[in-house]
Amino acid sequence: MTGNVTRLTRFNMTSLALGLAFLYLPIVILVIYSFNASRLVTVWGGWSLRWYHEFFSDRAMLEAAWMSLSVAAVSATLATLLGTLAAVGLARGERFRGRALFSGMLYSPLVMPEVISGLSLLLLFVALNAERGFWTVTIAHTTLTMCFVTVVVQSRLATLDRSLEEAAMDLGCDPVRAFLLVTLPLIVPAIIAGWMLAFTLSLDDVVIASFTTGPGSATLPIRIYSEVRLGVKPEINAICTLVIALIAVIIVVASFASKLSSSQGESAAPL
Amino acid sequence: MSARRIFARPARLAAIAPYLWMVLFFLVPFGFVLKISLSQTAIAQPPYTPVFDFTEGRAALAAAFAQLSFDNFRLLLQDNLYILSYLRSLVVAVTSTLILLLIGYPIAYGMARLPQRLQGVAMMLVIVPFWTSFLIRIYAWINILQHDGLLNQILRALHIVSAPVVWLSTDSAMYLGIVYSYLPFMILPLYATLSKMDASLLEAAGDLGASPLQAFWLVTFPLSLPGVGAGALLCFIPIVGEFVIPDLLAGSNSLMIGQTLWLEFFTNKDWPVASAAAVALLLLLVPPLVLYDRLQRRQLESNR
Repeated sequence: MTGNVTRLTRFNMTSLALGLAFLYLPIVILVIYSFNASRLVTVWGGWSLRWYHEFFSDRAMLEAAWMSLSVAAVSATLATLLGTLAAVGLARGERFRGRALFSGMLYSPLVMPEVISGLSLLLLFVALNAERGFWTVTIAHTTLTMCFVTVVVQSRLATLDRSLEEAAMDLGCDPVRAFLLVTLPLIVPAIIAGWMLAFTLSLDDVVIASFTTGPGSATLPIRIYSEVRLGVKPEINAICTLVIALIAVIIVVASFASKLSSSQGESAAPL
Repeated sequence: MSARRIFARPARLAAIAPYLWMVLFFLVPFGFVLKISLSQTAIAQPPYTPVFDFTEGRAALAAAFAQLSFDNFRLLLQDNLYILSYLRSLVVAVTSTLILLLIGYPIAYGMARLPQRLQGVAMMLVIVPFWTSFLIRIYAWINILQHDGLLNQILRALHIVSAPVVWLSTDSAMYLGIVYSYLPFMILPLYATLSKMDASLLEAAGDLGASPLQAFWLVTFPLSLPGVGAGALLCFIPIVGEFVIPDLLAGSNSLMIGQTLWLEFFTNKDWPVASAAAVALLLLLVPPLVLYDRLQRRQLESNR
C-alpha cells in the first residue's frame, strides 16, 4: 500500500517518453533528410551524400566553418584558463575585497540576454578603435564562456575533500604545490568538461558573434542564420548534421570526463 | 583551519587575472552603453566615432557629463513601437514559461521516479539537446513546419487537412520553438529538487490516507516550489530578450524587444536609442534576476 505513492506509474513513463521524443525527433529527422538525394528538402529521393559534397565545395561556408572552429578553440582555451583561476579564487580565496562584485560579474552573463552583452562589447570595441574580426569575436566568446567554466569547476571544487590539501601541506607542501599536485589532478575532469562546454557554446553563438565580428569574417552560425532566413536549403541539413556529429563526439568525451569527476557516484551536470 | 588561511592568499592572487578581464570586458562595456544611451544622436555619431577621448582628461569628462540627456528614454516612453515590444516580450515570456512548466514538470517528475541507475541516463538525455546547437534545433523545426514540410505531408496523408496549413511565421511556431529550446532549462532545476525529496514524506502521507493525487498536491508540489521558481526564472529571463527564435519562426507583424533593439542598431543605426532600449531591458530584468539570485543562495544554504 505504501509503495503506491512513490512508484513509477504509467503516467510518469508516458510523460518521460513523450518528453524525450519531443526533444530528439526533430534532430533525428534533420539528420535523415541530410542524406536525401532530392533537391526538394522534403521529398525523399533516396540516400545520397550529395549535400555533403556540396558543402565541401562551398568556399565561403568552409571559411566560415574554419573561422568558427578556430574562434571556438582559442576562446575555449582562454576561457578555461581564466574560468579555472576564477573558480579557485572564489572557492578557496575566502573573503576578499570586491568578491561580491566579482561573483556578480561572473554569474550575470549566464542569464543576461545576449543582445545586451553583444551590444555593450561592440560599443567597447568601437571606442577602443579595435578592428573587428577574429580577435574581437574571440574576446567576446571568452568573456561569456568563462562564466560557464567557472560554474562547472567551482562546483567540483566545492565537493572536494579539503583535508587532502591540508594533509599535503602538513607533509610540507606549500599551498601552490599542494594545489598543483593534489587538487588540480582531482579537478581535471571538470576542467575538461568546462573546455568542452565553452567550445560548444562558442560554436553555437549567433547573436554575440554578429555584434562583434567585422565585414567579411562571418562565423558558421552567422552564415547558417542568414541562409535560413532566405529559406531552407538541403546543404544546410548536411552542415547541421556535421556540427551535430562534432558535438556528439564532444559530449561523449565530456560525459566520460564528468563520470571520472564524480567519484561518489553523484552525477555531475555540465551546468 | 590554519591550512585554509594559508591557502586563501594564493587563491586570491589567482583571481586577479579573471577579475581584470571581467572588469574590462563586462563592466566597462556597460558604462559605454549607459553613456551612449544618455547622449544625443548627433554626439554619438554612428557607427564609428569614438565616444570618449581619454587623452583630454578630466575636462573632457566634465564636458561629456554636461551633454548627458534623457531624450532617448523619453523617446522610448513616447514611441508606441517600444512600449508594444516590451509588452509583447513580457506576454511571450510569461506564456512560454507557463507552457514550459506544464510540459517540464511531468517530465522532471517521471525522471525523479526512475530507478537510481537510470536517473543519470535520463538526465544525460535531457542535457544532450542543451549542448546541441540551438540554431540547428530551430532549423530542424523549420524543416518540419514549412509549407511542404513533414508535418503537412503527414496531416494530408492522414486526410486530417486537405490543403497545407501555414505553420511557419506564426506565433504558435514561435512558442513551439521557444518551448523546445528552453525545455532542458526548465527540467533540470525541477528534477534537482524533486529527486532530493524525501520519499518517506510521501509514504507517510499515503499511510495517513492521502490518495496519490492528494499526496502530490499537498506534499510534493509545495516542496518542489523552489525548483519551480528557479526553472521559471531561468527560462523567463532569457526569453524576454530572445531574438533569434522569434525572428526565424514568428510573423513579422509584431516584434519582441530584442528584435526592436537589433533593428534600431543595425538597420536604423540609431545607437543612442538602441542603447537606451538595452538599459531599459536590463532594468526590466533586474527584479527577476534579484529573485533568482536569492533563490539560488537559499538553495545553496539548504544544501550545506
